[in-house]
Amino acid sequence: MKTGALEAARLVMARDLRLAFRKPSQLLQPLMFFMIVATLFPLTLTPELSRLRDAAPGVLWVGALLSSLLALEFLFRDDAQDGTLEQFALSGQSLTWMLFAKTCVHWLLTGLPLALSAPLAAVGLGVPAEAMWSVVASLALGGFALSLIGAISAGLTLGARRGGVLLSLLTLPLAVPILVFGANATQRAITGGEIAPPMYLLGAIAVLGVTLAPLAAAAAVRIGLE
Amino acid sequence: MATWTWFHRLASPPHVYAFARRWTPWFGGFAGVAMLVALYGGLVLAPADYQQKDAFRMVYVHAPTAWLSLMIYTTMAVAAAVGLIWRMKVAHAAAAACAPIGAWFTVAALGTGMLWGKPMWGAYWVWDPRLTAELVLLFLYFGYMGLRAGIEDPVKADKASAMLAVVGVVNVPIIKFSVEWWNSLHQTATVMQLGKPKMDGDMLWPLLLMFVGFALYFITVLLIRLRAELLRRERNASWIREVVA
Repeated sequence: MKTGALEAARLVMARDLRLAFRKPSQLLQPLMFFMIVATLFPLTLTPELSRLRDAAPGVLWVGALLSSLLALEFLFRDDAQDGTLEQFALSGQSLTWMLFAKTCVHWLLTGLPLALSAPLAAVGLGVPAEAMWSVVASLALGGFALSLIGAISAGLTLGARRGGVLLSLLTLPLAVPILVFGANATQRAITGGEIAPPMYLLGAIAVLGVTLAPLAAAAAVRIGLE
Repeated sequence: MATWTWFHRLASPPHVYAFARRWTPWFGGFAGVAMLVALYGGLVLAPADYQQKDAFRMVYVHAPTAWLSLMIYTTMAVAAAVGLIWRMKVAHAAAAACAPIGAWFTVAALGTGMLWGKPMWGAYWVWDPRLTAELVLLFLYFGYMGLRAGIEDPVKADKASAMLAVVGVVNVPIIKFSVEWWNSLHQTATVMQLGKPKMDGDMLWPLLLMFVGFALYFITVLLIRLRAELLRRERNASWIREVVA
């Protein structure tokens, strides 16, 4: 019986989740990194909550971006090294769907936990309690878009010798729109403004990412495997 | 069939090499003449601006470099896409040759923008949406060149960097829009907004001519770099021996 593309994607998701939970320490690293970055700002800027509140959107989003870049390295690297990606490409199934599944799992394991734990960092930055849900929502949606964009650059750097800095160099300019709209949504949440407009734009980027990024990532991975 | 011969010829490195060698002096010559005439027109013939006085003359370098920085990125992405779709080696070579030129034009646009900003805005750098978008464009060029340098296998480097150029071209309008939106929200105090008054004809023609001159200069440098790129890539091919001898 031939397995469908969605079934293949589901199997990839199940496999990735199972693998990830067998190495839980790797899951915690981006989170801890995010917390440390958020701690550095009060130490370097000012301990006054009223002034930190102005910087909070920037701190949260730059922290989230750096931490997601750190996590991106794990997205394809291990699977490329042990030949799993090659088997995916040879399996006759849609590589696009399988990589989309991988990217979704990546977000579930890095972007979503980061967004959910952001209130811990946000409290320390003087973000008012009533803004927390909006902060979490904007970081969750933005993190999804970041994972999708990042999948393209992670695929492109597969063939490179040392991908680390290169991965950031490729991803950062592409991530500018996400950062702008995301930080704006967070800022509006903190100042009690209307967060819908930047959230819609963030959503639009995420939708565009869902449609195009897996295709581009699949093409990039195929180039790396040739 | 006959209409496509020019396209097929473009795929042949010796043909493109010979073409580039023949036309480089012509493009270079016209570029030099256009730039000199435009410089005279812009610095001497054009009247001083009623508001910015002589400082406005920076536009004659700044605007054409800024236009070209974006145009070269588009050229690079089109060449990269042609290389990906038709697996044309020459197109990949052209895209690779575009990147450093585009990056330098971007640096020139940013540099002249800073020099212009000091007397006009009172600061070398203002987070103006156009300057910011230009800076992000520079980072895109850096990413492209970094990826190309980071991959050892030349075929993989061609394809991966071509993908990146195409992805970048989809992203450039979004970046542009996001930066403008960001700017309209955050920038409250600009020392002075550069208005866009209708340009007088005496001021406009040197600007357009300068743009033509810079574009020709870009083509000249592109042809030179393309030749170097072809020589490096085809160093084991037999036609090289005939050309170099």
